[in-house]
Amino acid sequence: MGFLELAGVRKEFPGGVVAVENFDLDARKGEFVSFLGPSGCGKTTTLRMIAGFEAPTAGTIRIDGREITRTPPNRRNVGMVFQSYALFPNMSVADNIAFGLKLRGMAADARRKRVGELLRLINLEGRGDRYPYQLSGGQQQRVALARALAIEPTVLLLDEPLSALDAKIRVALRQEIRQIQRQLGITTVYVTHDQEEALELSDRIVVMSEGRVEQVGTPFEVYNFPSTAFVASFVGTLNALPARVVDAASGRLSLAGQEVRTTSTISGGAGERVTVAIRPEAIGLEGVDPTVPVGAPNGANRLQATVDDVAFLGSVVRVRVRLAGDGAHRLDVDTFNNPNLAVPSAGAPVALHFAPEACLVLPGSALPATTDALEAAEAML
Amino acid sequence: MSGPAVGARAPEALGTIAASARPRRERSVGAWWAWLIFVVGALYFFVPLLATLEFSLRACAPPNQPCTAPDFSAYSNVLQGEEFYEKFGYSILVGLVTIVVSLLIIVPTAYWVRLRLPRLRPIVEFVTLLPFVIPPVVLVFGLIRVYSRPPLQFTATELSSTALLVCAYVVLSFPYMYRAVDAGLAAMDVRVLTEAAQSMGAGWARILWSVIFPNLRTAALSGAFLTLAIVIGEFTIGNFLAPWGFGPYLSLLGRDKIYEPAAVSLISFGLTWLAMIFIAVVGRGRGSRVQVAGAR
Repeated sequence: MGFLELAGVRKEFPGGVVAVENFDLDARKGEFVSFLGPSGCGKTTTLRMIAGFEAPTAGTIRIDGREITRTPPNRRNVGMVFQSYALFPNMSVADNIAFGLKLRGMAADARRKRVGELLRLINLEGRGDRYPYQLSGGQQQRVALARALAIEPTVLLLDEPLSALDAKIRVALRQEIRQIQRQLGITTVYVTHDQEEALELSDRIVVMSEGRVEQVGTPFEVYNFPSTAFVASFVGTLNALPARVVDAASGRLSLAGQEVRTTSTISGGAGERVTVAIRPEAIGLEGVDPTVPVGAPNGANRLQATVDDVAFLGSVVRVRVRLAGDGAHRLDVDTFNNPNLAVPSAGAPVALHFAPEACLVLPGSALPATTDALEAAEAML
Repeated sequence: MSGPAVGARAPEALGTIAASARPRRERSVGAWWAWLIFVVGALYFFVPLLATLEFSLRACAPPNQPCTAPDFSAYSNVLQGEEFYEKFGYSILVGLVTIVVSLLIIVPTAYWVRLRLPRLRPIVEFVTLLPFVIPPVVLVFGLIRVYSRPPLQFTATELSSTALLVCAYVVLSFPYMYRAVDAGLAAMDVRVLTEAAQSMGAGWARILWSVIFPNLRTAALSGAFLTLAIVIGEFTIGNFLAPWGFGPYLSLLGRDKIYEPAAVSLISFGLTWLAMIFIAVVGRGRGSRVQVAGAR
């Protein structure tokens, strides 16, 4: 039994709009769970149902075995951090942090001590008498975090807390959040549409789309073994190419007239159309990256292609290639930048390597592939 | 020696100078207009006051005759009598009670409409505008007809009549108070602040008292100023429900005396301003500089 349990939770708004459908989750005590998905997928609505700001249409929510589905938000002991900080403008930093403690009737001395501890925790010692308008965005969000932690909540909820901050502060603050969460061992639910944030922070990620849970797994599982086409396309960059099944039992596929092997389960008989998904960083470029051997390593797939374009992205060099054969199948290949890289020029022939494990097979045209690639695949078969 | 003649360059140079001087001249023309409008506005505001002041100092002469020296006897007549203090104090008290009652009704209503019932906003706005449409005399006759007979006989005693007067003034204050409070609520993220307070364990009363009211201070003050200004000089309703108020006193004075009404008008004008300054000073208090919305 999990510490935070959501069972069959559904939310339908007036007018028949279903925001969340059949949502199940079991989060362990001290676990950091992220809800990841595009805007309007229902992640914030689910978080608001845990907080008590929205009532589920169906299903139950339990914290530490106690059902709280209909408990008012002020009696749940759930801390919440908002995207817009939501600090009380009329109160100083110390008063903001002490707000919940005062409501719990904590004595003034104990309150002052606790506020001091929290200010130290968020590295804002000595700034307790400042007002929110005197702080930067990052500092305000740290105060909001301290305020939510002050009441020692059973569950900490964070609703896109870093979205309003600039990139550098975002990265620094998310590391701080993770460190504090680990230090306090508090069960945390984090809502974000930023996959990098979710991958870095979470013990587990719940990927959501159109109100439904697409996949629940560790960042490693979600990234490397996406269970649906949506997860594959939403988390990370992905090459999606139309292919045909040659032999499902042995995992052989035809991709732009070239044979490819996969360890992924193929559902469908010979000649059936499928989508092959390969991460750009899972592909090696022979003759470009000195770490990639010439000739296919044992069991690896080897495809012939022509370079279309090279994009320098700092730590990564992205090579866009067009597969030999129909010339319509394009894919991106990411290589770590290093001084020994022999960057190819446009039009140069190259060979691609990738392991059969890196080649995911999804049913039909589950992922959007380029129209010309689809047309070419149809023409070839 | 060859080179461009100075004369050939001169018109160009003059053109440049003229171009650089133009914005300054435009600025000065703009400033001149701004000053003109300011002076006209100031005259419009101060000339009636000065005329009233000048008239109130003519008590020495018969009406329409020039006065050799300013005479303050109209002021001393008013200030030496107890009636002025009594009537003015009464109206100030009624004004303050009206402000409190109006805030107690309007703030929770406007807050709830913004938070939970946004669809009702046009209806509430319409209702609060009704005092502009219904003449005060109709309002007061309606009140007298309903509340002057048992079981709700409010007009029987001075205290109950005052309570009815406050209720009528609360209705009169709706358009000003609702708009001021609603604008204040619009400037803050009501929903998020409410949810933040709720997540920390606050109930509705605590949220209103500790979070919403303090952040509405400036908006509530502007509504309070307008309400006080209306209540102090109001005549129609006051004359029927509480003829012992300041408005009826002013009217009565105007009927019986010549210079005293002008003196009383100026004194009450100054005292009303002082009351407003007092409310502003008391109302602002600690932490009045607030960032009510948005991230920094």
